[in-house]
Amino acid sequence: MPSLGLLPFLGYLTVFLIVPTITVIVGAFQVDGRFSLVNIKTLFGSTAMHALSNSMLLSAATAVIGAVLGALLCYLVVNAPPTSLFRRAVLSISGVLAQFGGVTLAFAFIATLGFSGVLTELLRSTLNVDVFGSGWLFGLPGLILVYTYFQIPLMVIVFLPALEGLKPQWREAALSIGATPRQYWLQVAIPLLRPAFLGATLLLFANSFAAYATAAALVSQGQPITVLLIRAALTSEIVLGRADLAFALALEMIVVVAVVMVAYALLLRRTSRWLR
Amino acid sequence: MRRKSVVQASVAVAALLLTACAAPEDDNGSGDSGDGGSGTDAATATSAEDFGGMDALIEAAQEEGELNVIALPPDWANYGEIIETFAEKYDIQVNSAQPDGASQDEINAAQQLEGTDRAPDVFDLGQSVALANTDMFAPYKVETFEEIPEEFKDPDGAWVNDYGGYMSVGYDSAEVPEVTSLDDLLGADFKGKVALNGDPTTAGAAFSGVVMAAVANGGSADDVAPGLEYFQELNDAGNFLPVDPTPATVESGQTPVVIDWDYLNASLAENVSGWEVFVPEEAVIAGYYFQAINADAPHPAAARLWQEFLYSDEGQNLWLKGGARPVRGEAMAEAGTIDQELYDALPEVSGEPVIPTNEQTETAAAYLSENWAKAVG
Repeated sequence: MPSLGLLPFLGYLTVFLIVPTITVIVGAFQVDGRFSLVNIKTLFGSTAMHALSNSMLLSAATAVIGAVLGALLCYLVVNAPPTSLFRRAVLSISGVLAQFGGVTLAFAFIATLGFSGVLTELLRSTLNVDVFGSGWLFGLPGLILVYTYFQIPLMVIVFLPALEGLKPQWREAALSIGATPRQYWLQVAIPLLRPAFLGATLLLFANSFAAYATAAALVSQGQPITVLLIRAALTSEIVLGRADLAFALALEMIVVVAVVMVAYALLLRRTSRWLR
Repeated sequence: MRRKSVVQASVAVAALLLTACAAPEDDNGSGDSGDGGSGTDAATATSAEDFGGMDALIEAAQEEGELNVIALPPDWANYGEIIETFAEKYDIQVNSAQPDGASQDEINAAQQLEGTDRAPDVFDLGQSVALANTDMFAPYKVETFEEIPEEFKDPDGAWVNDYGGYMSVGYDSAEVPEVTSLDDLLGADFKGKVALNGDPTTAGAAFSGVVMAAVANGGSADDVAPGLEYFQELNDAGNFLPVDPTPATVESGQTPVVIDWDYLNASLAENVSGWEVFVPEEAVIAGYYFQAINADAPHPAAARLWQEFLYSDEGQNLWLKGGARPVRGEAMAEAGTIDQELYDALPEVSGEPVIPTNEQTETAAAYLSENWAKAVG
């Protein structure tokens, strides 16, 4: 019975995915243990919507920046010989940096761009430029910059196989029937790559939408995004008893990520037709 | 007791999911009723008399040998020295958990660890958290209970205010001009320099900072909108710095102006020469912390001894040393037992202090939850 080997995995899923998800869904519709729609209504209030739109903006911005810059990097890597130092360096660095996040990443940026950061001090003393300003690093603009740091390498990892899947024969075939390189890119390569590119962008979106530790370490003021609003609902010493609201906010995030992942799965199905 | 660390929020999430599996409540009163003769269980004792006097209480506490405290930062109101002194004086080991935790973390920890020997024995809480959880407290009257003014204690001793202070503006006089009113902070000299201790929708100190700005700008504890407008103006002028101030950020010069309790600002002056503390005359906001014993304390006698220590002349003077105003301050000044030098060194405060009530706090908190993020975002 080979399927028996799946049991530990299924048990793991049950404990760490299915049970928490059900707890969140049930909790979102309760107040003090009784059924209620109050929390769901709060989700449509201005504070939660403000946080949600900021979260979406942050995720979309870092997904697009990460996708475009990451794809360019992929292009350079694919055109480098397989054994080149550049290619191997980019691939291994991407593998590491795509997982770089949390307190360490936040600290790295504070140490570089914070008030007395290395770069801030350098620019202040040499060019007399103040990059710190009024602390933009600790708000939404800072989050966009910091998140991009792990989004680009992640894009390289997920998009490279698609770019490598472009067979040289296709290019040769196009050129041999008289296409210009420009026509080849516009009419063959880009249409082929589009689903993979969009799929990877969606993955980046979900990745930054759900990221918590980096934001928590960097931002303490204003709770601008949904994950931080959840933190505030759980730990506030001013507004009490909002654990149920935290469940509702978590449910809201589950819905957004579910939509994104369904779109991703659909695009992936289209891509795989070409990569067979 | 003020702020949360990064991991705690996620721990709190996990804890929410796991509360269903929490260990069943068990009777953990260690109840060594062999001594003392009164036979009273330490967990239900409401005064030292119930043990048979202070000596019996000390003996019972030493038998337990340990005390669990939570969310007491060593640099906050001199807690580092208070813990050390207590441990040395009574030869009891003090386990200090989550020193940077928030008030709500204390309650969460008590619920999650209920029945284990790691649960907190005592709490030091902000007002709203304390008043929302009084059913978790064990009533206890310290020997000096009568000296504490009525408005600062529960009549049965479920909670007692321990120390407090006034909202203030601390600033590095080497970096910025002298501050004589809150409006000064809106000037060009303060660009990117004014920090608030936390987010007012989650942290008590920051909340009181907004109330202070409200009162100074024609509002009141009932109407904090002018306070929000003040911070919005501060933000629009580019003066508001969204950095969480700590002694480290102040010492490194990152946060040259900090809006915080005066005892926290005062303690910064030790390490930053030129650090001044200003309490605006037209907006004196007072706030007191709440001390209570966990009803399910794993070390009930040690918890009660800790209270006796905190409210003794020695404990009160130790808080004073940290710049905080101990609750028995006036009575001790009359009796001549206060450390007069330290008492006189407290920042001068004139004007009628405002202490927001619980209802006022709730209304204002709801308003800020709706509007704060938009004002400074």
